[in-house]
Amino acid sequence: MITASRVRGRRGSITTSAPLWMWLIAGAALVPVFVPFAAMLVRVATGGSSAVATFWSTRTAELLGNTLALTTAVVASASGIGIGAAWLTTRTQLWGRRVWTVVVALPLVIPSYVVALALRSAFGDNGLIADATGIAVPRAGGFWGAWLALTIATYPFVYLVAAAALRRIGRAQEDAARGLGASPWRVFRTIVLPQLRPSVAAGALLVALYTLSDFGAVSLMRFDAFTRVIYAQYAGRLDRTPAAVLAVVLVAVALTVLWAEERSRSRASYATPHVPSPSLSVPLTGRQTAAATAALIVLALFALGIPIAALLSWLAREGRAIIDWGAIAGSLTGATLAGAVAFVAAIPTSVLVVRHVSRRTAWLERSIYVMFALPHITVGLAVVFFASRYLGGLYQSLALMVVVYASVFFAEALGAGKAALLQVDPSLEEASRGLGRGPLATLSRVTVPLIWKGLLAGAVLVFLTTMKELPITLLLRPTGFDTLAVDVWSAADDLLYSRAAAPALLLLAVSAVPMYVLTTRTDER
Amino acid sequence: MLGVLHYGDRGNSLALVQRSIMLPFLALAIVATACSGDGDTLTVYSGRNEELVAPLLDRFETETGIDLEVRYANSTDLAATLREEGGNTPADVFFAVDPASLGAVALEGLLLPLPEDVLRLVRPGFSDGEGRWVGTSGRSRVIAYDSRILDPAALPRDLQALTDPVWRGRLGIAPTNGSFLASVAAMILLDGEEATRTWLEGIAANRPLTYPKNSVIVAAIDEAEIEFGLVNHYYPLSRAAEVGSTHAANHFLVGGAGALVMPAGVGILEATDDVDAALTFVRFLLSEAAQRFFVTETFEYPLVAGVAQSPDLPPLESLSPPDLDLSDLAGVLDLATDLVAEAGLL
Repeated sequence: MITASRVRGRRGSITTSAPLWMWLIAGAALVPVFVPFAAMLVRVATGGSSAVATFWSTRTAELLGNTLALTTAVVASASGIGIGAAWLTTRTQLWGRRVWTVVVALPLVIPSYVVALALRSAFGDNGLIADATGIAVPRAGGFWGAWLALTIATYPFVYLVAAAALRRIGRAQEDAARGLGASPWRVFRTIVLPQLRPSVAAGALLVALYTLSDFGAVSLMRFDAFTRVIYAQYAGRLDRTPAAVLAVVLVAVALTVLWAEERSRSRASYATPHVPSPSLSVPLTGRQTAAATAALIVLALFALGIPIAALLSWLAREGRAIIDWGAIAGSLTGATLAGAVAFVAAIPTSVLVVRHVSRRTAWLERSIYVMFALPHITVGLAVVFFASRYLGGLYQSLALMVVVYASVFFAEALGAGKAALLQVDPSLEEASRGLGRGPLATLSRVTVPLIWKGLLAGAVLVFLTTMKELPITLLLRPTGFDTLAVDVWSAADDLLYSRAAAPALLLLAVSAVPMYVLTTRTDER
Repeated sequence: MLGVLHYGDRGNSLALVQRSIMLPFLALAIVATACSGDGDTLTVYSGRNEELVAPLLDRFETETGIDLEVRYANSTDLAATLREEGGNTPADVFFAVDPASLGAVALEGLLLPLPEDVLRLVRPGFSDGEGRWVGTSGRSRVIAYDSRILDPAALPRDLQALTDPVWRGRLGIAPTNGSFLASVAAMILLDGEEATRTWLEGIAANRPLTYPKNSVIVAAIDEAEIEFGLVNHYYPLSRAAEVGSTHAANHFLVGGAGALVMPAGVGILEATDDVDAALTFVRFLLSEAAQRFFVTETFEYPLVAGVAQSPDLPPLESLSPPDLDLSDLAGVLDLATDLVAEAGLL
């Protein structure tokens, strides 16, 4: 990490110290999650006696093994799929390439619990696949079920950053290599992949942290990862110490993942600057084209086809679709506000992290990523405890729920803002400062106009993940406040799945619009 | 050079951290004062489904003039929330589907003891032993079976008989469902941990099909996917009401955890600022009108003397529920979950 900071420090750091207000805003982003979390730890440390016993139990070791195995597997498959799909949609002349750009990214809007529900109803002896084809397929469950559901739910994180990077990376080297007779595979392996590494690592980091925090898929697949057991502990046990201990172990795991990502970053080379070059596409043979198209079709079948088919079959069973306008309004309100808060807070935080590199900003950034990895049930209950005691009327208010959303998903906004700012030549800002503009004026007149598109993409990502969010919404929403995700959950929880279909499809429809804008916007670059 | 910057800034940073912690709360507090302050409403945390009980709660509002603010979620989550909120909960009343959730909140000392005249309204055995919550309606565990192919006389009499290999591959269960787990918890209290473990292993050896919910089990019986399943007694009845007819029929087990009759119930939070309104609510749920609502709309057993039960069900007196303090279920629910998982059913 230190190496990485130094490298970046030389390249892009502004040597004057950051203004206090920047730190205030960035620090404020951490408060809604870390203060309640710390309060919970203090309470557990002072009240519980079983903390040490829990930590050393074989159960913790088993959970750790399960969670690490799942995370590793999901990161590997999500990265492979994300990179492959990104390469196919940016470097080849596949038929329907533009459509594929959107289709491949679309699963990002499907909540992992919907993916898991759909896979469960698709696989197995009585599943949709067996019904449609007559082929007996095993039930989706346990490790492989959770792995499949989470791979589908997370590969778009890698796909989006990899595709954006591939569009950015100059093609001169690739063209030269191909001119010298290198096979497409060799070019990909020796030239494209090394250049992609920093962005893929950033995407893979989100995948890993998302997998650590996910509750829906692992619980529906009955796989004993940390989050599932933490939930069961909260629900079943009178002593909350075990749940808190497991949450702390999870934080340690998240920090380890961050450390690993930082190490990979420090060894990575930087992408060559963008050189506008005639976009020569990689020529594929007929068979390669067929294979590539088939691969994308299989991907779309799993990632979009199965969930949508399952939802439609539930809808058909229900026979009617009730459109809950209140829930649509609730979802849009919560997600838009969370995106907006994250957008604003990401401006100074990106500047701190990119332009004022120090050990302190490194910890700021790490803390922001740790928040992304915390199980939402832990965050939610910690906030319930803290807010009901100390925040009076704020408890169960829209304002509190929105800032908790924005904090938890802040990593997505910061990641986008940071990527955008890294592409801006610091000399522009230095010139502005040199000409006598203050930090605020420089920020608003120079920096923000240069990075707002990237920030907006990050805010859209926050919007999309907030739309699907469940545990925090259930725990912190104002009484009577509904969202589409809550509708899906309460239908699936209380009655037949058929009633979950309409809100789930609405959730996809409402999310698909910003998703479409997000992918086509980045396509223009 | 970076080090120097660090060092020089350090004095500043503590105050900075403190200020940055307070700032968002200050800002939020300003927003919050604008939207807080409800006076005459009673806040109900309802683990009972909105679609089922909303009409009843509407009736309460019109009859008493007390406005309700109802937070719907599942009972387990609400119990966890209440335990985190402790004495600062905005809730006045907790209306839950199962004794374990009510028990968990009661064990934490968060429920107000109810007055004797309220407790006396409810049949004995369906309330908390210490009077901290009362049952509002009863739900029996049963075997729902496919009446097209099975003769009830041939069905198991109790849960133990279900481990007979003759039932292999024919049974459906919902292992994550609260009622199923509660019956396992009851078995732990009645027969001990070892016997329960053995029973669960026997069930697992019979390769039951597992479902996410009771209602899906009943649907699976109609679709001839399974021959019978462990559910609560009202699921076949509500399915008949919902889709017109069902082939699933109830078979009541005799003795032991299989005959468990669990109440949905209600308790008053100690933190309430309006005990009178909360008591009015509890009394309303025990009123004849509400009890009749549970009989006709949710197909449950009434728990107040003098309210007639559904003629389609065996008389409540004829059932043989085990002798348990239902609040104790909360204490072993986590163990029950562990055992079910250990047997490979979760």
